[in-house]
Amino acid sequence: MGRVFNLIFTVDFISSVIRVTTPILFATLAVLLSERAGVVNISVEGAMLISALMGVVGSAYSGSPWIGLLVAVLSGIIYSWILAFFHLRLGTDIILTGIALNLLASGLTVFVLFLLTGDKGVSTGLPSKVLPNLKIPILKDIPILGGILSNQNVLTYIALVSIFVINIFLDRTRLGVYIRAAGEAPNAVETAGKSVNRIRRTALILGGIFAGCGGAFMSMAYLSMFTKDMVAGRGFIALAAETMGKGNPLLSSISALLFGFADALSNNLQLFRIPSEITRIIPYLLTVVALATYSGRMQDKDRIPM
Amino acid sequence: MRKLSKVWWFNIATTALAITISLLIAFMIIFMVSDQPLDAVNSLLFGPLSSLRNFGTVIETMITISFTGMAVCVMFQGGQFNLGAEGAFFIGAITASAITTKLSLHPGMLMFVAIVGGGLAGMLLCYIPAILRAKFNADEMVSSLMLNYVALYLGLYLLNTFLRDPNFGMLASYKIPPDAKLTQFIPKTRIHTGVFIVAILIFLIYIFIYRTRTGYSIRVLGNNPNFAHYSGIKVGSAIVISQVVGGAIAGIGGSVELLGMYERFQWTSLPGYGWDGVIIAILARNKPQYVPIAALFLSYLRIGSSIMARLTDVPYELIIVIQSIMIVLITASALLGRLRHKMVVKEAIAHGQSI
Repeated sequence: MGRVFNLIFTVDFISSVIRVTTPILFATLAVLLSERAGVVNISVEGAMLISALMGVVGSAYSGSPWIGLLVAVLSGIIYSWILAFFHLRLGTDIILTGIALNLLASGLTVFVLFLLTGDKGVSTGLPSKVLPNLKIPILKDIPILGGILSNQNVLTYIALVSIFVINIFLDRTRLGVYIRAAGEAPNAVETAGKSVNRIRRTALILGGIFAGCGGAFMSMAYLSMFTKDMVAGRGFIALAAETMGKGNPLLSSISALLFGFADALSNNLQLFRIPSEITRIIPYLLTVVALATYSGRMQDKDRIPM
Repeated sequence: MRKLSKVWWFNIATTALAITISLLIAFMIIFMVSDQPLDAVNSLLFGPLSSLRNFGTVIETMITISFTGMAVCVMFQGGQFNLGAEGAFFIGAITASAITTKLSLHPGMLMFVAIVGGGLAGMLLCYIPAILRAKFNADEMVSSLMLNYVALYLGLYLLNTFLRDPNFGMLASYKIPPDAKLTQFIPKTRIHTGVFIVAILIFLIYIFIYRTRTGYSIRVLGNNPNFAHYSGIKVGSAIVISQVVGGAIAGIGGSVELLGMYERFQWTSLPGYGWDGVIIAILARNKPQYVPIAALFLSYLRIGSSIMARLTDVPYELIIVIQSIMIVLITASALLGRLRHKMVVKEAIAHGQSI
C-alpha cells in the first residue's frame, strides 16, 4: 500500500492524471453545455469518435495538425447539428437518437477507415500528425507545479482554460443566461419571445466544439493514431461527471478529474501486479457509487415523482 | 377499435418508409464506393437466401438478438432507459461458461442450471441501476452504461483467472461439455433449441406485460409516471421489476448464445447485442410480440451485409451506418406527426357523428 501512495504523490503521476483527464474534461464540458440547456446529450461519445477519426484524416491529408484539429472540431459541430436537427426540428427522442448516432459513429468510422486505409482497426496507414506539447515560460521553472502543469499538450491547456470560460459564459453572458433558462424554465423563455429550440441548438453546437477537441486529443495527442472505438465510454463517463457536479462547470470538472485520477491509477496499478481487469473497473464502479451518492437532480424530479 | 388499427397501420407505414429510405441511402453509398455495385446490392438483398446455411445464420442471429430485443422492450415499456442489456448478456454468457465448466452435475441439469444462472447474473446486473433509481433517484441510463464496463472487466477477470484453458492458443475458457450444450437440430445449420426458449419467453413476456397487474403498472409508468404515481401504483417496485425482468432475459440470452453456438467462451469485448436490442425495441415499438419480426429483419440485413463484405469490396460496417439512419428516421415521428394528428382528429369526429 505504501508503494501505491509513493506512486500517487509523484509529479509524473499527477501530470499523467491531467493528461488522461483532458478528453473526459472536454466531453464533460460538451455534456454540460447541452444539459444546462435542457438536452440530455448521450451522443458526445459518438461525436468524439467521429472527430478523432476526422482529426487524423484532416492532418494526414493536409500535413498540418492544426488543420486536423479544425477538421475535428468541424466534424463535432456537424455531428451535433445533426442531433439538434433530429431532436429539435423533427422531435425525435433525444436518447434514442443519441444511441443511433453513437452506433452510426462506431460504424461510420470503421467504414471510412477501411475505405481510406484498407484496415478496420487502426489508422497507422495514414501519416497523421500530433498536436504539440507546450512549455509554458514562467510556469515550467516553478518546482513541483511546473513539472505537473508544464509540458502538457496544447489541448490540455485549452481544456483547463475552457472550464473558466464556460463558467463565466454561463454566469455572465446573455447567451449563457438564455441557455440556463432554456434548461430550467423553458416556458419562461418562450414567454419572453425567445425560441427555446434555437437556444438549445446553439448549446448543442457549442458542445460539439468541445467534443471535437476531445476527439482530436484522443487521436492526435493521447495516441498518435485512430483506433476502432477508441473513445471507450469517455462520453458516458462525462454524463456521470456532469451529474456529480450538478451542472456546475467547476464541480463537474473536479468530478472529471476524479475519473481521470481513477483512470491513471488503473494504468499504473498494473505495475503492481494487480490484475489489469480489476483496476480498469475502478473508474466505472466509482461512477456508479458517486451517482448514487450525488443524485437527486432538478430535472429528474420531472421524470419520476417519488 | 378502428381507430386503433389505423394508428397501427400508420406505424407500419412510417416504419416501411424509414426502411425504404435507409435502404435507398445504402444503395447510393454502395454505388459511390464500390467497383461492383450490382453484385454488392444483390448479395446484400438476396445473399441470405442463397443457401440453407446462409439462411440458417439469419435464424441463429435472430435468436440471439431476440433476447436482447425483448429485454430492452420490457425496460423501455416501463420508461426505464436501462442500457444494461449489453452487460447482462455478456455476464450471462460468462456465468454459463463458469457453471458448465466448473460444476459437475447431471448433464441435462447442468444446462438448466447454466441458463438459470446466466439469467440470475443478468438480473443482478440490471438490479443495480434499478434500485439506485428507485431509492436514490440516480439516473439509470448512466449507471447502466457504467455497469456494462464493470460487467466486461469483471467477466474478463473471471475468464483470465479461473476459467482460462492454458492449453488453448487464445484467451478462452475450458471446453463446454457437449452434453450441456443446446442441440443443433437442423442439419447444415447451427440453429439450436434456443429458438424454442425464445418462443416461450416471448409468449410469457407478452402475458406478463399485457395480462398481469405488474405488467399494467409497468406500462402505466412508461406512459405517464405522474399518473402512475397519483393513481397509487407502486412506482418504485414497477421501476425495479421492469429492469430486473429485462436483465434476466438478457442474461438468459447470453447463456443460451454460449450453449447454443460456442465451444468455449472467448469474447474479449462486449459483443454489441445489447445495442442491437435497442434497435429491435425501436423497430418493434417496445411490443414483445413484434420482437421476432424485427429481429428477423435486422438479422437478415446483417447477414446480407456480411455476405456482401465477403464477396465484394463494400465493408460490413455499411449496415451499421444504415441501421442507425433507420432508427433515427423511425423515431422521427414528427416527420409525419402532423398527418397522424389530423387522421386521429378526423376519425374522432367521424366516430362522434356515427354515434
